[in-house]
Amino acid sequence: MAMVATETTMEDLARELQEHEREHERAKHDKLVIIAWSGELDKVWPQMIMATTAAAMGMQTTIFFTFWGLFSLVKTDVGLTGENWMQKMVAMMDRPGMEHLGLSKMNFAGAGPKMMKHLAKEHDVASPGELLEMARDLGVRLVPCQMTMDLLGLKREDMIDGLGEPAGAATMLLEAQEAITLFI
Amino acid sequence: MSQTIAKTLDLRGLACPLPIAKTAVAIRELQAGELLEAYATDPGSVPDFNAWAKTTGNELVEQTEEDGVFRFLIRKV
Repeated sequence: MAMVATETTMEDLARELQEHEREHERAKHDKLVIIAWSGELDKVWPQMIMATTAAAMGMQTTIFFTFWGLFSLVKTDVGLTGENWMQKMVAMMDRPGMEHLGLSKMNFAGAGPKMMKHLAKEHDVASPGELLEMARDLGVRLVPCQMTMDLLGLKREDMIDGLGEPAGAATMLLEAQEAITLFI
Repeated sequence: MSQTIAKTLDLRGLACPLPIAKTAVAIRELQAGELLEAYATDPGSVPDFNAWAKTTGNELVEQTEEDGVFRFLIRKV
Protein backbone atom coordinates (compact mmCIF):
# COMPACT_ATOMS: atom_id res chain seq x y z
CA MET A 1 0.00 0.00 0.00
CA ALA A 2 2.85 2.32 0.83
CA MET A 3 4.26 1.75 -2.69
CA VAL A 4 0.98 2.75 -4.32
CA ALA A 5 0.87 5.91 -2.27
CA THR A 6 4.40 6.84 -3.39
CA GLU A 7 3.56 6.22 -7.06
CA THR A 8 0.51 8.42 -6.83
CA THR A 9 2.60 11.14 -5.31
CA MET A 10 5.14 10.93 -8.12
CA GLU A 11 2.36 11.09 -10.67
CA ASP A 12 0.87 14.07 -8.92
CA LEU A 13 4.24 15.74 -8.88
CA ALA A 14 4.77 15.15 -12.60
CA ARG A 15 1.31 16.51 -13.33
CA GLU A 16 1.94 19.52 -11.14
CA LEU A 17 5.24 20.17 -12.92
CA GLN A 18 3.56 19.94 -16.30
CA GLU A 19 0.82 22.31 -15.18
CA HIS A 20 3.45 24.70 -13.90
CA GLU A 21 5.31 24.62 -17.22
CA ARG A 22 2.10 25.20 -19.12
CA GLU A 23 1.26 28.15 -16.90
CA HIS A 24 4.73 29.56 -17.46
CA GLU A 25 4.23 29.36 -21.23
CA ARG A 26 0.80 30.95 -20.92
CA ALA A 27 2.18 33.78 -18.82
CA LYS A 28 4.82 34.40 -21.45
CA HIS A 29 2.17 34.85 -24.11
CA ASP A 30 0.27 37.30 -21.94
CA LYS A 31 3.05 39.83 -21.79
CA LEU A 32 5.04 41.85 -24.32
CA VAL A 33 8.07 44.02 -23.67
CA ILE A 34 9.41 46.18 -26.48
CA ILE A 35 12.82 47.73 -26.11
CA ALA A 36 12.46 50.77 -28.35
CA TRP A 37 16.04 51.66 -29.22
CA SER A 38 15.61 53.09 -32.72
CA GLY A 39 14.39 56.57 -33.51
CA GLU A 40 13.67 56.27 -37.21
CA LEU A 41 10.20 56.47 -38.68
CA ASP A 42 10.35 53.01 -40.25
CA LYS A 43 11.31 51.45 -36.91
CA VAL A 44 9.20 53.56 -34.56
CA TRP A 45 6.18 52.62 -36.67
CA PRO A 46 6.45 48.87 -36.00
CA GLN A 47 7.22 49.61 -32.32
CA MET A 48 3.86 51.39 -32.09
CA ILE A 49 1.96 48.88 -34.24
CA MET A 50 3.14 45.92 -32.15
CA ALA A 51 2.42 47.70 -28.87
CA THR A 52 -1.13 48.78 -29.76
CA THR A 53 -1.99 45.38 -31.20
CA ALA A 54 -0.59 43.48 -28.21
CA ALA A 55 -2.57 45.68 -25.82
CA ALA A 56 -5.67 45.22 -27.97
CA MET A 57 -5.18 41.46 -27.68
CA GLY A 58 -5.18 41.74 -23.92
CA MET A 59 -1.43 41.42 -23.42
CA GLN A 60 0.19 43.39 -20.63
CA THR A 61 2.44 45.62 -22.71
CA THR A 62 5.45 47.75 -21.81
CA ILE A 63 7.69 49.82 -24.05
CA PHE A 64 11.08 50.73 -22.66
CA PHE A 65 12.40 53.74 -24.59
CA THR A 66 16.16 53.99 -24.72
CA PHE A 67 18.80 55.83 -26.77
CA TRP A 68 17.34 57.15 -30.06
CA GLY A 69 13.98 55.64 -29.17
CA LEU A 70 13.63 58.19 -26.39
CA PHE A 71 13.37 61.04 -28.91
CA SER A 72 9.91 59.74 -29.91
CA LEU A 73 8.64 60.77 -26.47
CA VAL A 74 9.80 64.38 -26.72
CA LYS A 75 6.95 66.83 -27.29
CA THR A 76 6.86 67.93 -30.91
CA ASP A 77 6.79 71.65 -30.05
CA VAL A 78 9.79 71.52 -27.73
CA GLY A 79 12.69 73.38 -29.34
CA LEU A 80 16.26 72.30 -28.80
CA THR A 81 16.68 69.86 -25.92
CA GLY A 82 19.80 69.36 -23.82
CA GLU A 83 21.52 71.23 -21.06
CA ASN A 84 25.02 71.63 -22.49
CA TRP A 85 26.31 72.33 -25.99
CA MET A 86 27.06 68.68 -26.77
CA GLN A 87 23.54 67.54 -25.85
CA LYS A 88 22.11 70.47 -27.83
CA MET A 89 24.31 69.46 -30.76
CA VAL A 90 22.84 65.93 -30.71
CA ALA A 91 19.30 67.33 -30.69
CA MET A 92 20.22 69.64 -33.54
CA MET A 93 21.54 66.79 -35.69
CA ASP A 94 18.65 64.48 -34.83
CA ARG A 95 15.63 66.61 -33.96
CA PRO A 96 13.53 64.98 -31.22
CA GLY A 97 9.76 64.52 -31.47
CA MET A 98 7.45 62.07 -33.17
CA GLU A 99 6.84 64.44 -36.10
CA HIS A 100 10.53 64.80 -36.93
CA LEU A 101 11.61 61.21 -37.44
CA GLY A 102 13.87 60.32 -40.37
CA LEU A 103 14.00 57.06 -42.30
CA SER A 104 16.72 54.44 -41.78
CA LYS A 105 17.09 54.25 -45.56
CA MET A 106 16.08 56.55 -48.41
CA ASN A 107 15.97 59.51 -46.04
CA PHE A 108 17.16 62.01 -48.71
CA ALA A 109 17.40 64.86 -46.20
CA GLY A 110 13.79 64.48 -45.17
CA ALA A 111 12.23 63.93 -48.60
CA GLY A 112 11.87 60.19 -47.90
CA PRO A 113 9.86 60.57 -44.68
CA LYS A 114 7.65 63.19 -46.32
CA MET A 115 6.86 60.78 -49.14
CA MET A 116 6.26 57.95 -46.67
CA LYS A 117 3.84 60.06 -44.62
CA HIS A 118 2.02 61.05 -47.78
CA LEU A 119 1.65 57.39 -48.77
CA ALA A 120 0.49 56.52 -45.27
CA LYS A 121 -2.22 59.17 -45.39
CA GLU A 122 -3.32 57.95 -48.80
CA HIS A 123 -3.66 54.40 -47.48
CA ASP A 124 -5.25 55.42 -44.16
CA VAL A 125 -2.34 54.10 -42.15
CA ALA A 126 -2.22 55.73 -38.73
CA SER A 127 0.89 57.80 -37.99
CA PRO A 128 3.27 56.72 -35.19
CA GLY A 129 2.04 59.73 -33.18
CA GLU A 130 -1.59 58.64 -33.43
CA LEU A 131 -0.58 55.09 -32.53
CA LEU A 132 1.36 56.29 -29.50
CA GLU A 133 -1.79 58.01 -28.26
CA MET A 134 -3.79 54.88 -28.91
CA ALA A 135 -1.18 52.82 -27.03
CA ARG A 136 -1.60 55.13 -24.04
CA ASP A 137 -5.40 54.72 -24.24
CA LEU A 138 -5.05 50.96 -24.34
CA GLY A 139 -2.95 50.98 -21.19
CA VAL A 140 0.51 50.37 -22.66
CA ARG A 141 3.17 51.32 -20.10
CA LEU A 142 5.63 53.81 -21.61
CA VAL A 143 8.85 53.75 -19.64
CA PRO A 144 11.69 56.16 -20.46
CA CYS A 145 15.25 55.09 -19.76
CA GLN A 146 16.65 57.26 -16.97
CA MET A 147 20.26 56.91 -18.10
CA THR A 148 19.51 58.07 -21.66
CA MET A 149 17.51 61.01 -20.30
CA ASP A 150 20.58 62.10 -18.34
CA LEU A 151 22.91 61.42 -21.26
CA LEU A 152 20.87 63.48 -23.71
CA GLY A 153 19.84 66.10 -21.17
CA LEU A 154 16.13 65.38 -21.55
CA LYS A 155 13.87 66.64 -18.77
CA ARG A 156 10.46 65.30 -17.78
CA GLU A 157 8.86 68.55 -18.94
CA ASP A 158 10.38 68.07 -22.43
CA MET A 159 8.45 64.83 -22.75
CA ILE A 160 4.81 63.97 -23.40
CA ASP A 161 2.36 63.28 -20.57
CA GLY A 162 1.27 59.87 -19.40
CA LEU A 163 4.71 58.29 -19.14
CA GLY A 164 5.69 55.80 -16.44
CA GLU A 165 8.47 56.50 -13.96
CA PRO A 166 11.88 56.60 -15.68
CA ALA A 167 13.72 53.35 -14.96
CA GLY A 168 16.87 51.39 -15.73
CA ALA A 169 17.94 48.14 -17.35
CA ALA A 170 17.23 46.04 -14.23
CA THR A 171 13.58 47.13 -14.17
CA MET A 172 13.23 46.31 -17.85
CA LEU A 173 14.90 42.89 -17.47
CA LEU A 174 12.67 42.02 -14.52
CA GLU A 175 9.66 43.04 -16.60
CA ALA A 176 10.94 40.92 -19.52
CA GLN A 177 11.41 37.76 -17.46
CA GLU A 178 8.02 36.31 -18.25
CA ALA A 179 7.39 38.20 -21.46
CA ILE A 180 7.93 38.04 -25.18
CA THR A 181 10.65 40.60 -25.74
CA LEU A 182 11.37 42.57 -28.89
CA PHE A 183 14.34 44.83 -29.50
CA ILE A 184 13.45 47.33 -32.22
CA MET B 1 -28.31 36.57 -24.30
CA SER B 2 -29.95 39.14 -26.51
CA GLN B 3 -29.41 39.23 -30.26
CA THR B 4 -29.67 43.00 -30.58
CA ILE B 5 -26.47 44.72 -31.58
CA ALA B 6 -25.18 46.91 -28.79
CA LYS B 7 -22.69 48.83 -30.90
CA THR B 8 -21.66 49.26 -34.54
CA LEU B 9 -18.16 50.27 -35.60
CA ASP B 10 -17.26 51.73 -38.96
CA LEU B 11 -13.66 50.71 -39.64
CA ARG B 12 -13.85 51.05 -43.41
CA GLY B 13 -10.72 52.47 -45.00
CA LEU B 14 -8.59 51.89 -41.90
CA ALA B 15 -5.39 49.86 -42.08
CA CYS B 16 -3.61 47.63 -39.57
CA PRO B 17 -3.51 47.95 -36.60
CA LEU B 18 -6.44 50.37 -36.27
CA PRO B 19 -9.35 47.98 -36.93
CA ILE B 20 -8.25 45.71 -34.07
CA ALA B 21 -7.09 48.52 -31.79
CA LYS B 22 -10.38 50.44 -32.21
CA THR B 23 -12.39 47.25 -31.67
CA ALA B 24 -10.49 46.57 -28.45
CA VAL B 25 -11.24 50.09 -27.22
CA ALA B 26 -14.92 49.89 -28.21
CA ILE B 27 -15.62 46.50 -26.68
CA ARG B 28 -14.68 47.81 -23.24
CA GLU B 29 -17.98 49.68 -23.07
CA LEU B 30 -20.01 46.54 -23.69
CA GLN B 31 -21.33 44.13 -21.07
CA ALA B 32 -20.42 40.45 -21.28
CA GLY B 33 -22.69 38.69 -23.77
CA GLU B 34 -23.49 41.83 -25.77
CA LEU B 35 -22.88 41.99 -29.51
CA LEU B 36 -20.52 44.30 -31.38
CA GLU B 37 -20.74 44.72 -35.13
CA ALA B 38 -17.74 45.98 -37.12
CA TYR B 39 -17.35 46.88 -40.79
CA ALA B 40 -13.84 46.88 -42.31
CA THR B 41 -12.30 46.98 -45.76
CA ASP B 42 -8.75 45.91 -44.92
CA PRO B 43 -8.42 42.30 -46.20
CA GLY B 44 -5.85 41.70 -43.44
CA SER B 45 -8.58 42.26 -40.88
CA VAL B 46 -10.06 38.83 -41.68
CA PRO B 47 -7.17 36.79 -40.23
CA ASP B 48 -6.56 39.52 -37.63
CA PHE B 49 -10.10 39.45 -36.22
CA ASN B 50 -9.88 35.67 -35.98
CA ALA B 51 -6.53 35.84 -34.18
CA TRP B 52 -7.79 38.59 -31.89
CA ALA B 53 -10.92 36.62 -30.97
CA LYS B 54 -8.86 33.51 -30.31
CA THR B 55 -6.49 35.38 -28.01
CA THR B 56 -8.99 37.49 -26.09
CA GLY B 57 -11.69 34.82 -25.85
CA ASN B 58 -14.33 37.07 -27.43
CA GLU B 59 -16.54 35.07 -29.76
CA LEU B 60 -16.51 35.79 -33.49
CA VAL B 61 -20.14 34.86 -34.07
CA GLU B 62 -20.30 35.71 -37.74
CA GLN B 63 -18.13 37.02 -40.55
CA THR B 64 -19.41 37.92 -43.97
CA GLU B 65 -18.26 39.88 -46.98
CA GLU B 66 -20.19 42.03 -49.38
CA ASP B 67 -18.65 44.18 -52.13
CA GLY B 68 -15.26 44.23 -50.44
CA VAL B 69 -16.68 45.19 -47.05
CA PHE B 70 -16.14 42.67 -44.28
CA ARG B 71 -18.64 42.45 -41.46
CA PHE B 72 -17.66 40.92 -38.13
CA LEU B 73 -20.13 40.11 -35.40
CA ILE B 74 -18.49 39.69 -32.02
CA ARG B 75 -19.93 38.61 -28.71
CA LYS B 76 -18.08 40.00 -25.72
CA VAL B 77 -16.84 37.29 -23.38
